[in-house]
This record gives sequence, structure tokens and C-alpha cells, in this order.
Amino acid sequence: MTGFAPFLPRLRHALMACALSAVAVCQAVAADTPKPGGTLVIGTTQSPRHLNGAVQSGIATAVPSTQLFASPLRFDDKWNPQPYLAESWKLAEDGKSLTLNLRHNAVFHDGKPITSEDVAFSIMTIKAKHPFQSMLAPVEKVDTPDAYTAVIRMSQPHPAILLAMSPALCPILPKHIYGDGREITTHPANSAGVVGSGPFRFAEFVPGQRIVLTRFDKFFLPGKPYLDKIVITVNPDAQSLALGMERGDIQLLPYESVSTDLKRLQNNPNLTLTRKGYEGVGALNWLAFNLDRKPLSDVRVRHAIASAIDRNFIVKALHSGFSQVADGPIVSSSPFATTDLHRYPYDLKQAEQWLDEAGYKRNAGGERMTLTIDYLPGTDEQQKNVAEYIRTQMKKIGVTVQVRASADFASWAKRISAHDFDMTMDNVFNWGDPVIGVARTYMSTNIKPVVWTNTQSYRNPKVDELLNTAAGTLDATKRRAYYATFQKIVTDDLPIFYINTTPYHTVASKKLGNLPTTIWGPASPLDEVYFK
Amino acid sequence: MDNLLALLRKACHAALLTLAVVVLNFLLIRLAPGDPVETIAGSMGGITDELRAQLRSQYGLDQPLPVQLATYVKHVLHGDLGYSYFFNLPVSGLIAERVPATLLLVLASVAVAFVLGTALGVLASRKPHGPLSQAITVLSMTGHAAPVFWSGMMLVILFASVWPILPVSDMHSMTSDGQGLAAVLDVAWHMVLPTFTLSLVYLAQYSRLSRASMLEVLGSDYIRTARAKGLSEHHVLYRHALRNALLPVVTVLGLQFGNVVAGAILVETVFNWPGLGRLAFDSILRRDYPTVLGVLLFSAIVVVLMNQLTDALYRLIDPRIRA
Repeated sequence: MTGFAPFLPRLRHALMACALSAVAVCQAVAADTPKPGGTLVIGTTQSPRHLNGAVQSGIATAVPSTQLFASPLRFDDKWNPQPYLAESWKLAEDGKSLTLNLRHNAVFHDGKPITSEDVAFSIMTIKAKHPFQSMLAPVEKVDTPDAYTAVIRMSQPHPAILLAMSPALCPILPKHIYGDGREITTHPANSAGVVGSGPFRFAEFVPGQRIVLTRFDKFFLPGKPYLDKIVITVNPDAQSLALGMERGDIQLLPYESVSTDLKRLQNNPNLTLTRKGYEGVGALNWLAFNLDRKPLSDVRVRHAIASAIDRNFIVKALHSGFSQVADGPIVSSSPFATTDLHRYPYDLKQAEQWLDEAGYKRNAGGERMTLTIDYLPGTDEQQKNVAEYIRTQMKKIGVTVQVRASADFASWAKRISAHDFDMTMDNVFNWGDPVIGVARTYMSTNIKPVVWTNTQSYRNPKVDELLNTAAGTLDATKRRAYYATFQKIVTDDLPIFYINTTPYHTVASKKLGNLPTTIWGPASPLDEVYFK
Repeated sequence: MDNLLALLRKACHAALLTLAVVVLNFLLIRLAPGDPVETIAGSMGGITDELRAQLRSQYGLDQPLPVQLATYVKHVLHGDLGYSYFFNLPVSGLIAERVPATLLLVLASVAVAFVLGTALGVLASRKPHGPLSQAITVLSMTGHAAPVFWSGMMLVILFASVWPILPVSDMHSMTSDGQGLAAVLDVAWHMVLPTFTLSLVYLAQYSRLSRASMLEVLGSDYIRTARAKGLSEHHVLYRHALRNALLPVVTVLGLQFGNVVAGAILVETVFNWPGLGRLAFDSILRRDYPTVLGVLLFSAIVVVLMNQLTDALYRLIDPRIRA
């Protein structure tokens, strides 16, 4: 016994330390335990057309729509599907059917139960009316063996189906409201008296001004949501929104990408910034070439242009380091991204050499060719300034570039959809799975008079084949390999020169806990967000 | 009988003018490149061929322009302003929602400009070459020369970062769901900067105009008579001179009402004031033709009515016109 004596004081110390740290842990837990209550004001520059995400894509609608409507699945911050309205799910061995087992306690905001009928109705509506047609293209029908089981049947294996069950892409609508025979794209319940299935219910929608949502008490996840109310305030002027954040009027500002605002907000002691939450949308800022026009139809000319653009300068000087250089068609945060790509290090001599080889020698005035460049109006830092920079760079290699401004989006869209351009800056989203947001830009079958299709007129049968095969390949490793080959080919053919990932950030008040940092970020349910 | 005929003729003129406005606006907005379906595609992050075709036929954009115009005029004559392409909501509803905010801003600005402008003008006219008069002239000229969006933005900068005591955007506090007095005060507080900005230009004009007009009137014989009668200076100035001097100011006020509404578009955009001006601006960017045309038609009607009202007011101030 005595042998223990010397240890006793130490033991007591140790015990006390343990006890103390337990208290500390308790306190830390107490501070981090979500509390119910509070009104969250979210700022946005874009006014949604309406609130029904089943027939209107885009982030303006997705933010309110994912609060109003629940989806079969949701995703964590590592691309893993999580149970949501579906408690469990199973993708069949042959990849041609997905079984969803729904929660039994889920009800719509009018109190009616959410059943497999509603899921079937919603999925078939989305297939018919959603702008992203490739997302559910192979879906043939949805079987409903019982009220809480829905089986999605597909004509071919379609691994993208899991991601297509995401909150922003698959809102579950009440069939008893939207199934009344009226055209759903113009249904009155899209903007007034919306009856949803999600954590927040509709209170008010004033077009172009604000959306007010209140807590739904009978939400199927117990204890959630934590917030009492969400107000989404629309202000077309991003700087006013930043000011609102500084003053504390607004507590959450998603999709903020202007570096001057970001820098200012970053230095505010009451605010915090995160770039997490934008892996899903995967926004890329790029330079697109019109391959139907000479001399851009010559791959050497495209390679030369790429080599004369110093993207490190763009990222560091024009975007103050908030954005990252992008090297390929799939954002680097996607599980499908590869690093085995053709790269174009900044090298003016090489660029000139390639132009010489292509036969575009400098004339007496030192000029090789004249091109135009367009840009998306509205986000100067990402678009206009980069276009201007490219103009000055091109001058160095004897290419005269004329920057064509567009007064507004419609003016730009008119030129691009008519394929009336040489080069244009553009901002395009991956939307999670390459089937949804990547293939559309490169498939030769998708050369259309519509923006964000293959307006580059890029044709490569090998790429078409790879994209089609990958879309129907169930084996994840094989699928990734197909997409890796695709990325390598496209960065060699270079119908598009990738500049940077759009530096979307969520700016939030430090009073907020559980910020939306899953792959879909703010375009997913905010049921776990709370005020500390 | 003659009176009635004159009134009828006036009404006819007003109706024809309004119709011309409708046709002209319809054709003008079509000159802007791009169409509404492109903007809808933009808001969706992409669109399919089928949906594009469906939207175009739904909005009648696949019809020849004269047919579209005829359809629109027919609907307007039936009192139907149509549905907003962007929001799928009745245009009349969208306008009704925004009217109070614009009316509040415009009327408050006109009132401020009129009262303050006239007062400054009268003050300046008492000693037309004194330092006060000079100061008022400088102020007026600056106010008149500066475009409203610039002065608006300068005020935003001043009151947003340098001296943050006044709200610089919106009409309500974002979290206020207050009712009654609290809500009224909230709106009044938000109104200060936009009202001041919009009234600045007109304040300058009214003060110049009333100054000149006062000077002219003060030199006339009947004023000398009034003074000779031994009336107090106050009485002479406000009872005899000002009433006559106001005539040109009221004329300009009536004629300029349209300009004030136009100025409101800029001020509303700068201060994110949820009025018709911002609706028109946003709708132009979205190529939401029915909404743009609806707002323009509504403003045209208001301006025509205001001109009639000016006529009536004229008779009230100057009994000589009441023939």
C-alpha cells in the first residue's frame, strides 16, 4: 500500500485535471449545442422567378426551394449521400433501379402525409419540365409498391441518379396541389401559398424584394429546424449587401465573389468567411472559343492564346488571391477531377512560335490576326477585367483583340446563342455530376442556338463516346477513368481555356452556428443553422 | 356646353396620347437586343430546346411583330396588362404592389422641393445681390448640375461609411415586422436620403424660378401701391407678391412631374427603393416586356392626369384664368 503513497498527490492532480477538463468540455459542448429560435436574414442579388425548384433551376430559386421542399436524399461535405426524406435507399446491382424507403412521419405543410405517390409525381414532373434534361433522362417510370416505397426504374444504368436526388435538384412536391391538371411551370402555387415538404414553410414572396419563410413545426426531423424564420432579401447591388453584412442587418451572404467586398468583410471581427459549400455547383470561369470560325478552328492558335495568358496573374492580381487557377472542365473539388491534364504554362515565346507554325506571321504592322472577345456583364472582376487583361496579353503576341461589351445579360446571350462570337468569357456550373453540368458543353449532339450548350461547336466523336459510356458506367473506378480520359482530350483540343474557379464564398455572422458547408452549401436545407 | 365640349376634346387628346405612348413603347423596347426567353434561360443556368420553343410560343414571341402589337393593344384596351414573363404573375398586381412606394417618394420629393425651393427663392429675392442670395444660387446650381444617381451615390457613401446614421437602402428594416407607429417611423427614416436626393434637382430649379419671378413681381406697380398703402413688408411679400410669383413655379411643377417620375427610376435603383422605377429597371434588364410596358403606361397616365391637375390648380391660384 505504502508504495502508492508518493503517487497519491499526483493521482489527485490528475483526477482534478480530468475533472476540470470535463467541465471545460461540458462548457464547450454547452456553447456548441444548437439553440432554437431567431430570424436569419440572407442577402442575395438575384430575384427568383418563383419558388418551385422542380421546374426552375438556378441558385436564386434553389436557396428558398430547398427550405420549402425536402428531397429524397441530401449530401454531406464529402459527396456522401445521407438519408433525408428517404430513410434508406438501394441502387440495384444492375444500376437500373433505385429504391427509396420514405419516412413514415413526413407531412406536407398542409398536414397531408408525404407518400410514394408524391415522390413518383415529383420525379416524373422534374423529368418532363426541369431544364437539366440529362439528369433524369434514362428514368422510365416510378413504381409505388406501397405508400412509403418508391422504385425509380431506368432504361440503362445511371449512376448520376443518386446526386439527382439532392435537395436543389429533386424537391418533392404535393401531388394534391400541383397534380390538378394545370401547367406546372406557370402554376399559381409556385409563388403564392406554396405548400412544401421541407423544414420551413411559406409566409411571403414579394417578387424582386423578399421571401419570408417560417419554421415548420411538424418537420420530419425531430427538433429541427432551429431557426424560427428566414428572410431572404433581394438587392441587385452587391455592395449594398456587403454593407448590410457589416451593419449586421444581414447575417448570411452566400455566393459572394467580389474580392474587394470579400477583403473588407474578411477583416470585420464580427464576420467569418468560408469557401466550403460550392463543390456541388462547381462554378468555372473560362474563355470559350468559337471553333466554327477561322483562325480559332486551328488548335495551334488556341494553344498559343492559352500560353499567352498568365492565370496566376489573374488569380493573384485581379482576384486578390480569392480564386484558384482551373486547369480542366471538371472543378478540382469534384471526385471526378483528374490532375493528368494538358497544361499551358505562361510562355509568350512558345505562343509566338505556335502562331508562326500555324502560318499566322506578323505583318508589317506587327499584327497577326484580329479577334473579338465578349464577356458576361454583371460580374466585372470575373469577366470584364479578365477579358481586358486577355486583350493586352494578346497584343504582346501580335493578336489584336477587340473587347465587345454587352449592356446586360440578354444582349450577351443573344450573341452567344446565335454563335456570333470569336471568343467569350463565360461562367458555367458543373452541377455535381458531369452528366448534368459538364457533358452539355462538349457533346457534338448539343450544338444548339442556346446559351450554355456546346456553343463552341466542338466536335470530337471520341469525346462523345467517352461521355456517353461514362454516363452509363456503374463501376465508380471505371467511370472516373472514362472522365479522366475525357478531361485529358478536352484540355488538348482546347475548345475552352479554363481560367479559374469562381471564388464563391459564404459570408456569415459569427453568431451563426452550423454554417451550410455541405457540397451544395446554401442551396440545401438550413435546418441545422442556429444562432449561438 | 362649350365647357363640356372642351373637356371632351381634352379627354380625347389625352386618350390618343396614351395610345401613342403604348405603341411607341412597344416598338422601342423591342430594339433592345436579346429576348425574355434568354434571360429566363440565364436564371435557370441553362435551358432545353423544347422549353425554349414552348416559352416563345407561350409568350407569342414566335408571332410577327405587328400581330404581337395588335394583340397587346387589344388586351390593354380591355384593361388587361398581361402576365409578367419573368414572374408569371399579373402585371397589374406587380404594379399595384409598387405604386405606394413610388408615390410616397415622388410626392414627398415634390413637396420638399416646392416648399424649400420657393422659400429659398423668396429669401434670395429680398436682397438679390446679398451674400445669402449668392449662396443660394451656388447651392441651386450645384444641385441642378449634379445627376441624381451621382448625388445619390455620394450620399450613400457619406451615410454608409463616413457617418453611418441613416439607412442607405430599402424601405423597411429587414427584421422589422413592426406595426403602427414603429413601422411608419421606420419608413420615414428610410425615406430621408432618397427623398432628399430626388428633390435636390427640382429644389434648385424652383428656387431659381421663384427668385426670378419674385424679383419681377416685386418691381411691378401694384406692389408699389401696396407699399404706399402702408402694408407691412410681410404682408406685401407673402400676400401680394408670392401668390403671383408662384404661377410659373406651379406650371413648371406640373410639367416636370414626368421628369420626377423618371428621376425616381434612378433614385430607386441607387437606394433599392421598392418602387415602380426599380421594377421598370429590373424588367428592362430581364426583357420582361409586359411589365416594362405596364409600368410605362401607368406612368404615362399619371403624367397626363397631373398635367390636367396643373391646369385646374392654375385656375385656383389665378382667378383671371377662371373664364
